[in-house]
Amino acid sequence: MGHDAERAVGISRRRFLAAGAVLTAGAALPDPTAPRALAQTGSSPLRLGFQVHRTGIGAVYGRWYERTTMAAVKLINEKGGIAGRQVEIVAEDDGTDPKRGAEVVEKLATRHKVDLIFGTLFSHVVIGSAPRAGELKVPYLVVSEGYHVASGKLNRYVFQPGITDVRAQVTAVAPWILKNLGKKATLIFPDYAFGHDHRDFFSRVATAQGGTIRALVPIPPTETSFTKYFPRVPADTEVLYHVMVGPGVLTFVKEMGEHFGTRRPQIFGFIDSLEGVDLASPGLDFLEGTYFWEAFPRYAGPNTPTHVRTYRERVGVNEAGASLNDPKDVSTFSHMFGCWETLYVIKQAVEKSGYKKPGPADYKALIETLEGIQSFGEGLEHPQGPKRFVGSLHQVFGQQVISRVQKRRLEVVHRTAIEDSMYPPEADYTKQPL
Amino acid sequence: MDFGPHLFLALLEGLVGAFVLALTALGLSLVFGVMRIVNVAHGAFFMLGAVVTWWVSTATGSFLAALLAAPVVVGAVAILADRLVLRRIGYEPESTIVATIGLLYILEQVVLMTYGPYARPVAAPIYFRIDFPWFGYSGYKLVVAAVAGLLLVLAWLVLSRTTLGLYLRATQQDREMAQTFAVPVERVYTLAFGVGGGLTALAGALIVPVQQAHYLMGLDALLMSFVVVILGGLGSLRGTVVAALVVGLSDGVISVLFSPTLAKIVATLLVALVLAVRGRGLFGEEAA
Repeated sequence: MGHDAERAVGISRRRFLAAGAVLTAGAALPDPTAPRALAQTGSSPLRLGFQVHRTGIGAVYGRWYERTTMAAVKLINEKGGIAGRQVEIVAEDDGTDPKRGAEVVEKLATRHKVDLIFGTLFSHVVIGSAPRAGELKVPYLVVSEGYHVASGKLNRYVFQPGITDVRAQVTAVAPWILKNLGKKATLIFPDYAFGHDHRDFFSRVATAQGGTIRALVPIPPTETSFTKYFPRVPADTEVLYHVMVGPGVLTFVKEMGEHFGTRRPQIFGFIDSLEGVDLASPGLDFLEGTYFWEAFPRYAGPNTPTHVRTYRERVGVNEAGASLNDPKDVSTFSHMFGCWETLYVIKQAVEKSGYKKPGPADYKALIETLEGIQSFGEGLEHPQGPKRFVGSLHQVFGQQVISRVQKRRLEVVHRTAIEDSMYPPEADYTKQPL
Repeated sequence: MDFGPHLFLALLEGLVGAFVLALTALGLSLVFGVMRIVNVAHGAFFMLGAVVTWWVSTATGSFLAALLAAPVVVGAVAILADRLVLRRIGYEPESTIVATIGLLYILEQVVLMTYGPYARPVAAPIYFRIDFPWFGYSGYKLVVAAVAGLLLVLAWLVLSRTTLGLYLRATQQDREMAQTFAVPVERVYTLAFGVGGGLTALAGALIVPVQQAHYLMGLDALLMSFVVVILGGLGSLRGTVVAALVVGLSDGVISVLFSPTLAKIVATLLVALVLAVRGRGLFGEEAA
């Protein structure tokens, strides 16, 4: 330390200032990625802002959301685009971080001047970003599963038209769990918004139908070791309900197997606990005969319809739900279809509303058109299945799937009806001003 | 679960955690002790060890080969970083912090770009499940604890019984005096940084079959290593091992019996307490 250190700090401060000056000068230069305002004519491309988790704990989902989005856009463009305009994706990484998420929304809307924004998954990022979209008055279509949209907590600019929400999923599968697996349940869930939706709605539905909740085991979302949580599962638990997210999911499921072994209760998990993970990974043998909720069956079989096969081919997914190029690269199959379907919802809404360019009048038409849509038919545009859209909630409803692990694959054992997942509405966004 | 088995599980978890933590933190402590720099990229070396293990064991099918390759590759990366970056900025304390932050980001992003965002599993070389009457436990975790313990003993032997150890200790105690006695201080620095990286890479390699390799896994390792090194006394290897045992065991016991959040609170409070009443840590030297 002493003089040397001071001198060193002095030099670096001077350098720092110089670097700052260079950066400031750089910021004043025209941004090459900014749209050329003059080029905005009727046949210019429709620019969709894609908020994506390229880094951070959501990166596996982000990678597949991006692949699915690109596959859908390619197909849409091959067939003439949206309202005759080619679609262009402007992707921005939010680092799976709520604060960065709000900045990304702002950047996409004000710098890139995109037509609308879509694609966010992790619920804390959605909750962090949605208010900014509302302030900037830009339509924001999330693919997140959280109940936050339908709860009425967000704003009129936020929609979830491509994927069902946790409350609907739980409402649909809880009766089946209580009837077939047991009435005394213990819940293990991540300790933040998404996990709390599971905790609240499964508890509510289960107790209303004669079940009891033996224990609630919340796990911090950044946890890496799980053995310490399993002693909290009471011995008389009949069914263990688990849902986990993030890079620790495989460790979680493996340690659950090590802890319980053959003395395990019935186990019902949400596929989130193993999204992006090969079911044939070491240490997962004990899952044989356990059950999972899926939105969209990961494994293709003889009954897979043609439009689903086409969807899988276009996205680049094999029979086991992994990448065609790398069978170890397992997709997030029960979530990523939401991007595909959301893009087709955008197509429908833009074409129906006559949307042309960003601005209050066109956005009003777009939003009101979206709110007026009531259903989506099953097909290549909505491969996961038929959907009902509730405009006042800004939320879509669909079928849910229960699968059983058999020979290290998931085999569908039950498919719920759309009505099974409907719940009494708690919000009406159409009453909010635009 | 009854209290007895519950406590038993807590102690098992704590013990395994403690040994891995000791091995992870040892490199950081060594680097600080010898070079007097804070290596913020320490966690990235841990992560890199895990990722190299995945790569080598997937390519060769041999976990043992991976366990040997991980410290060598990471050690080489560390040596390169020392030669190309740290030496050029003269090991100046503030600059090295900034430089190693940069190194941390470079390593993380390179791994993200090449290996991807996945948490990829590696099969344990020795996998068995110990079925206690009350609960089951991964046999591999106990193997990890034993191997980590062995490696700690080995590190201690090298430091106390070999010429290399003598050089390291001499440089740590008084750099100028060591130089006067013909200790090649510059080379010792490079070596310390390489060995520090290699040791933590070994910890990363051992833990992969339990936790998978993921590009962000170094963050937790870095944080806990800092807790342990501050608690044990900066630069004191004995202090590092003792502190790792204290933190690991208390973390295991408190998080099993009470809550994992409380365990983190206690560990952080312990650090604050030590800093307040005994700034140099439990085994730290008098004002260095």
